[in-house]
Amino acid sequence: MNHGTMQRIMLRRVLILFAHPMPRKSRVNRALAAAVRGLDGVTFHDLYESYPDFHIDVEHEKALLLAHDVIVLQHPFYWYSAPALVKEWLDLVLEYGFAYGETGTALHGKHWQQAITTGGPEDAYQSTGYNRFTIRQLLAPFEQTANLCGMPYQEPFAIHGVLQMSRSQIEAEALRYRALIEQLRNPEVSDAS
Amino acid sequence: MHLETFLAQAFVYLFAAVISVPLAKRLGFGSVLGYLIAGMAIGPFALKLVGGEGKDVMHVAEFGVVMMLFMVGLELRPSLLWRLRRPIFGLGGMQVVLTGVVIGGGFLLLRYPWQPALAAGLIFAMSSTAIVIQSLAEKGWLKTEAGQASFSVLLFQDLAVIPLLALLPLLATGEGSASEDHAGPLAHLPVWAQALITIGAVVAVVIAGRYLLRPVMRYIAASKMREIFTASALALVVGVAVLMQSVGLSPALGAFLGGVVLADSEYRHELESNLEPFKGLLLGIFFIAVGAGVDFGLIAAQPWTVAGLTLGLLLAKALVLFVLGMIFKLDLRDRTLFALALAQGGEFCFVLLGFTVSRHVLPAEFAAQLTAVVALSMAVSPLLLMLYEKVLAPRLTHDKAKHKQDEIDEHDNPVIIAGYGRFGHIIGRVLLANGYRATVIDLDHDQVEFFRKLGLKVFYGDASRLDLLHAAGAGQAKLFILAIDDEKKSLEIVDSVQRHFPQLPILVRAAGRLHAYEFVHRGINAIYRETLDSSLEMTADALRRLGFGAYEARRAIRLFRKHDEETVREMASISIKDEGRYIAEARQRADALNALFKQDPDLDRASLGWDNEARRSNADE
Repeated sequence: MNHGTMQRIMLRRVLILFAHPMPRKSRVNRALAAAVRGLDGVTFHDLYESYPDFHIDVEHEKALLLAHDVIVLQHPFYWYSAPALVKEWLDLVLEYGFAYGETGTALHGKHWQQAITTGGPEDAYQSTGYNRFTIRQLLAPFEQTANLCGMPYQEPFAIHGVLQMSRSQIEAEALRYRALIEQLRNPEVSDAS
Repeated sequence: MHLETFLAQAFVYLFAAVISVPLAKRLGFGSVLGYLIAGMAIGPFALKLVGGEGKDVMHVAEFGVVMMLFMVGLELRPSLLWRLRRPIFGLGGMQVVLTGVVIGGGFLLLRYPWQPALAAGLIFAMSSTAIVIQSLAEKGWLKTEAGQASFSVLLFQDLAVIPLLALLPLLATGEGSASEDHAGPLAHLPVWAQALITIGAVVAVVIAGRYLLRPVMRYIAASKMREIFTASALALVVGVAVLMQSVGLSPALGAFLGGVVLADSEYRHELESNLEPFKGLLLGIFFIAVGAGVDFGLIAAQPWTVAGLTLGLLLAKALVLFVLGMIFKLDLRDRTLFALALAQGGEFCFVLLGFTVSRHVLPAEFAAQLTAVVALSMAVSPLLLMLYEKVLAPRLTHDKAKHKQDEIDEHDNPVIIAGYGRFGHIIGRVLLANGYRATVIDLDHDQVEFFRKLGLKVFYGDASRLDLLHAAGAGQAKLFILAIDDEKKSLEIVDSVQRHFPQLPILVRAAGRLHAYEFVHRGINAIYRETLDSSLEMTADALRRLGFGAYEARRAIRLFRKHDEETVREMASISIKDEGRYIAEARQRADALNALFKQDPDLDRASLGWDNEARRSNADE
């Protein structure tokens, strides 16, 4: 690319909210985290590491949201949803008057991206598969949450069948994830694609 | 009096009390009636064990009333007193005047001249502070609306004795009045000087109580000699009483004032618990003396007259009180209690009757009749309260809308914390930050001083003592937090609290495992080993530095904690004296814990949910 300086100025700030109760034992999520940690303009925020006793610092979280343009929620897909701490986070941080309601416009225009890993294969998440719904359908509560907060919803990023993955497959997925984050950060690239 | 006769007398009084009071309580009569019956039994008309010296005993025993008022004062902070000003002066004033008029009118109808009739009426307006306060407190009714109203009226009556002593001689009919000088040593001074000295004495008590007493008490408490603290408490009450008497106020009133001045001091509970046994005993002797003083000879000679007058006295007083209760908006149930509680004559009647005879206001035989009537009415009054409690109260319901403000007392904190050192004060601070005030008891004198300077309600004393627990409000508290570091003492406190306040939940600080076993043996569930949580916190941080996630580390220490608490409870059941078995068991438990960490079903299930390792290996096959 020949207008690198231009890109730098236009960089969007990305906040990755990472939620895994036991990352030490998750090969894929560890690899994904390692791939995006330390990227320029990207803040990696480990929720279970910050709030092991679920005592969320709401003001700190709100300040983080305000300081970023793209919010990425990265987590394993547990029981068709997110780990428990994510629910606690949504309940506490997305306050009335801040995230929604008449005066709750603080998050308007920020992009919402969800990045999940599933144990089941991709074809399980079809109307004909054993999970009977698509990922997009199952994530409907999150999509509507983003919608109510005025946040443009991006097509979810999913890595399927993580249980059967080989080391090299995981490496490839991690690179794909990194590309996604960089794309979110650099609007020109996403416009071009 | 020779020592032998004194000891014999003391034995008779004490023994009579020991026999009759527990019996009366068991039968549901309350202690006052028990004492009165004991007095009648040993008096000159039954067993004849005590006789002529009854008057002397009465004088000593009246000091019990003085002490009671001191302690009533201790419970009443000036702010509360100020809040009660309307019932004291309005209700109390109307009670004395109206009762005087009604009973005086009654005697007029009986063809007595108006002067003795009015004098008798005003004297009969007095009720018995000793009987009423003691009975209401015993039944827990002192803080009800009826109890507060009764208290206010009694307080006014105590105040009214002073002007009555001045005014009653004006009603003298006989010749040669003022034959005996009953006024105080200030009588030779002009009225304004008397008033000035009286006011000066009151101000002196207030100022000394505020500024002088605290350093003195601190100095005495620092000596850690309990009997000296008791002596100083007694000296304080006696001193105030003597001072007040010397300037013409009633000693009871002076003591009450002294109590109010000290109500805000941090030594309140300590004073209370030191004086309590003296007060109780002296009051008991006072009641016995009243019982012994009932002149059954006179009653037997004119049974109908005395009975009729007694009935008339009770009816007239109750009626006036009932009407006043309506005016002051007490509901029917409170009004009934109020009327029955104060219907009897009081100890001041005896004083005033004696005084009026000497001033030729009342003829001696009339006064003797009235004395018998007063004594009889006092003896009957516990029965009236029983009538209320057993028959009337169950049929009367409180007017609910009006009654919701009842029983709110800022004195009674919901939590008592024993031990306010580095452990207890954290609890106290967090509770306070969340809106719960705690009454604090601590034995370390310097700590008490320090926390008092911070504006906390901290009291100095030994929390294993029943009387102090009572004074601190253990009867009303919702929670007892035991946070002292003395292992033996904390077991003593638990024993005492469990025995006397079985309803009160206890949370205990334990030094370690062995100490915790002792609490388990006592049936305590809420046991907190003082170092367990901080060492586990440290462990969690250590695990994190070794690569654990924060949440995972937290799970690990919680798992250990749960297992360890269960172990303590199980090990406690094994006798510590059986050392061999104890060690064997301890080893087994340690092995079990290791196994647990490797294959805890909980943890495994959790792992399946979170990391899929197990599923992954299945998939690989």
